[in-house]
Formats: sequence, structure tokens, C-alpha cells
Amino acid sequence: MNWFICFLISLIAAPLLVGVINKIKALFAGRHGPRLLQLYYDIFKLLKKDRILSSTSTCIMELCPIINLGAVIVATALMPMAGYESPLGFNGDIILFFYLFALGRIATIFAALDTGSAFEGMGASREAQFSAIVEIIVFTIITFLALISAGGFSLDLLQQISISSTGVGLAITPLLLIALAFLIVLLCENCRVPFDDPETHLELTMIHEAMILDNAGPDLAIIHYAAALKLWAMSGFLVVLVLPSVIVNGFVTICCYLVGIILVGIIVGVIESILARARFLKVPQLLLSAFTIALIAILLLSIFKY
Amino acid sequence: MITNSIEIILAIILLTDIVLVASSRLFHCIKITAIQGIAVGLLPLFIWDWSNSTPTLQLWITSIVNAGIKGVLLPILLSKAMRHSSIKRELEPLVSYSASVFIILIIITASFYFSQFMNAPATDICRFTTPTALSTIGAGLFMIIARKKAITQALGFLMFENGISIFGNGIGIEYGFIIELGILLDVLVLVFIMGITVFNINREFSHIDSDRLNQLGDYDHSKQK
Repeated sequence: MNWFICFLISLIAAPLLVGVINKIKALFAGRHGPRLLQLYYDIFKLLKKDRILSSTSTCIMELCPIINLGAVIVATALMPMAGYESPLGFNGDIILFFYLFALGRIATIFAALDTGSAFEGMGASREAQFSAIVEIIVFTIITFLALISAGGFSLDLLQQISISSTGVGLAITPLLLIALAFLIVLLCENCRVPFDDPETHLELTMIHEAMILDNAGPDLAIIHYAAALKLWAMSGFLVVLVLPSVIVNGFVTICCYLVGIILVGIIVGVIESILARARFLKVPQLLLSAFTIALIAILLLSIFKY
Repeated sequence: MITNSIEIILAIILLTDIVLVASSRLFHCIKITAIQGIAVGLLPLFIWDWSNSTPTLQLWITSIVNAGIKGVLLPILLSKAMRHSSIKRELEPLVSYSASVFIILIIITASFYFSQFMNAPATDICRFTTPTALSTIGAGLFMIIARKKAITQALGFLMFENGISIFGNGIGIEYGFIIELGILLDVLVLVFIMGITVFNINREFSHIDSDRLNQLGDYDHSKQK
């Protein structure tokens, strides 16, 4: 029951997180900034519009936003929210969790290639390159979580990310390192600032925006919503990873979870305000540093046997 | 809890090692060194066993002086030298930045592996101390070898000194802090000399690549050709 409440809140409140990030950025820049609910207005406006398809595109273009949204919703449904197990959970679901995001991404890439625009092809190429490097980091993180998980070497999402409650309290340092690596993964996967600027429309700098230039109307609304939900789900993963998930009582735990997610939004907003977007040549190096951090965490764990 | 805070400080020092080796902008490097210096300087206060007694006046003074010199004074001197020579970034390192990250990974792995076999008393305080000290020393040496600019080499020397300081703090020898203040004086003098040298190299050659210093001397290579 508590899990369903969390799931419903996720589906409804996901665009709010983007609003929080934009508000923080506006605060740093001394502007008034868009309203917190701006993304809702945008989505409703786009839903009322007609769908326009390029004449060169095929059915792939029509299908892909739906596939993307479906993949992200199923991935969110696999998440153990606030420490409650998802009804869909099974052993090994953590791999499905990350690969559903990959499915959503490949759908976006296909749609971008289907429009036949060279510009969107460029965006697709960049997205594919970065996500290939991110996969290594994700697998390092999964390995770490499997090593530390409650029931031995477990690939179960709930077992893996509710570690901080199972008396492995000594492993705080490696856990914080892993959280840092996952924060970098989160920034890269959701096209946030050191990797991609969600606000820019300069042709040389964008990745995600370049791929969705030809989508209009409801399609664009679906893509925006899926992106917001993905950000929410990954922030939730980070929160459950770091917070000790001792279930005191349902209401308090859910509140802590939601506050944690908003906190992740604030951190992302601060990072976006104080950092500039990295050059494309620098991006693999940044991801490599995240990989190093994750490896050090595994090293600490295996040498010191927490 | 205290052990955890020591571990987190040491993890921050490890992270600054990685970031320092991977970043090319000199001002950024100097800021990271300042963070590392403050963390290393304040480390003795974290190592101190607070449950029994509060730290002695001697410890307070040494650690605050340490943090002040490493975290404030030396970075200011270095950024002055940087501004004098008007260079902003290390453009052509001898080892590329991605390769540097890999090498630092190898250094860290090796120091974690080998410090297992060391029966240093540092393990009594926190088992994390010796490997962090060794990898900071290794990273500093690597910076001295793999970078051309004189300022980056001075930064590498600072890291090297930070590593020795962590090691000394971890062992906790009596009056170790006074010895470290002596080392710190050496480093201070080194940075002064480096600043003057950087300025002079820059005025003479309009760059500060120290690998071309071997062209100095009476023997003229250009006439040979």
C-alpha cells in the first residue's frame, strides 16, 4: 500500500523536480526564474497541439516516444520506493532496471536517426558514445552493491540498495564514494550540466535536445515527461542508497524519501549553477574519473573486508 | 563515529588526488591543492581521541598553522606566480590526462595492496591512513614527472609533502608535528624559489616549460647543427 502511494506520487510529482532544479539555477543567477510548475504547463500545452511528422520519417518515429515512456515507467515500477519492496521485484531486477533506461535511450536514438536529419544523427552519435562509457560505471556500481548486499551476492534491487539498514554501518566511506560515482552517472544519463546543457540550443553543444528537434505536440510532451520521470527515478535510487532505510512508520519514511529526492534536485541545481559544461573531449575523462572512484570503493571493500 | 570522520577526510584527500591529476587548468589545480592542504592540516584534530581529553594547545597551534600555510598562504603565492607568468593551463603534458587517471588508479591500487603487508602503527588509528599517504606521495611524484610547467611541478611537490604529513600524523610519533613544521618551512622556501624561478624562466624564454632547461649552460646545442 505504502509502495503504491510512493509510485503514484512519483508519477504525479516527477516534473516538479525539474522545476526545483530550474528554480535553484535561477536563484543562483539572481533571476526570478520559471514557476515551479512550469513543466506541467508546458506538457499540457503540448498535449493540446497537433502531432506533426516529418515526411521522411516512418512508423519508428511514431512508436519511439511511447516505447521510451513505457520503459521508464516500468523501471520506476521496479524501484523499491522508500524501502518498500516493489510488487514487480525479482532477483536480478537491478540489471533490468538499468537496461530499461537503456531501452528508452535506444528508442530515442532510433527516432532521431529516423528523421533523416544530419543534425539529429550527430546528437544520436554523442548520446550513444557517452552511454557506452556510462555502462561500465553502472556495472561497477552494481558489482559493489552486490558485494555489500544484505543476502550475500545478490542482484535484487531491494536487497542491494537497502544496505545501510543492515548493520553494514562501517562501510560508510565506500558507500559515499559509490554515491558520488552514481551522482555523476545520474548527471550524464539525464543530460545535466557537466555533460549536456538542457537549456542550450546551440547546435554544437547539445545532445539530448538535438535528438528531439523534430518531435512536436504530444510526442514532445511524452518525451519531456519521460525525461522528468527518469530523473525522479534515478534520484530516488540515490536517496535509498544513501539514506538508512529504517522503516519507522509509513508516513515519516515516505516524507524522508520525498525530502531526499528534492535535496538531490537542489544538489543538481547547485552543480549546474557553479559548473560550466565540459568540452566533449573532456567528457570521457570525467566519466573515467567516476569509474576510478567506483573502483576505489570496491577496492576498499575487498581489501578491508567491512 | 570518529573513525568514520577520519575515513571521510582521507577519502576526500584521495578524491583531490584524482581531480588534481586529471585537471588541466592551473587555477583549478591550485584551488584543489588548497582544499587538500586544509584537509591534511586539520587531520591531527580528527585523529585525536576526543573522548578522553581535548587536544593540547600545541596540537591546536600546529594543525591550524599547518592548514593555514598549506591551504591559504602557499596557494596565494602559487597563484601570484601563475599570474606573473600569465599562463592559465598546462597544454601539453607529457602524459595525457586520461592516461594520468589510469596511472593514478594503478598507484592507488598498488598502495592499498602493499600497505596490507606493512605493520605500520598507523593501522591502529585508521587502516585507511597508510594507503592514502602512499598514494598521495605516489600521485605527487607522478605530477613532478609527468608535467612540464614549473608551477604544476611545485604542486606535485606540495602533494608529496602532504603525503608525508598524512603518514606522520597516522604514526603519531611524539613531537612529529614539530618535524612536520620543519618540512613545511622547506616547502615554503621551495615555493618562494619556484616563484622566482618561474618568473625568471618566463622572462627569459616566454614560457615555463622546465623540460627545456637543459638547453641552458655554456655548451650551445644550436651551434652544433
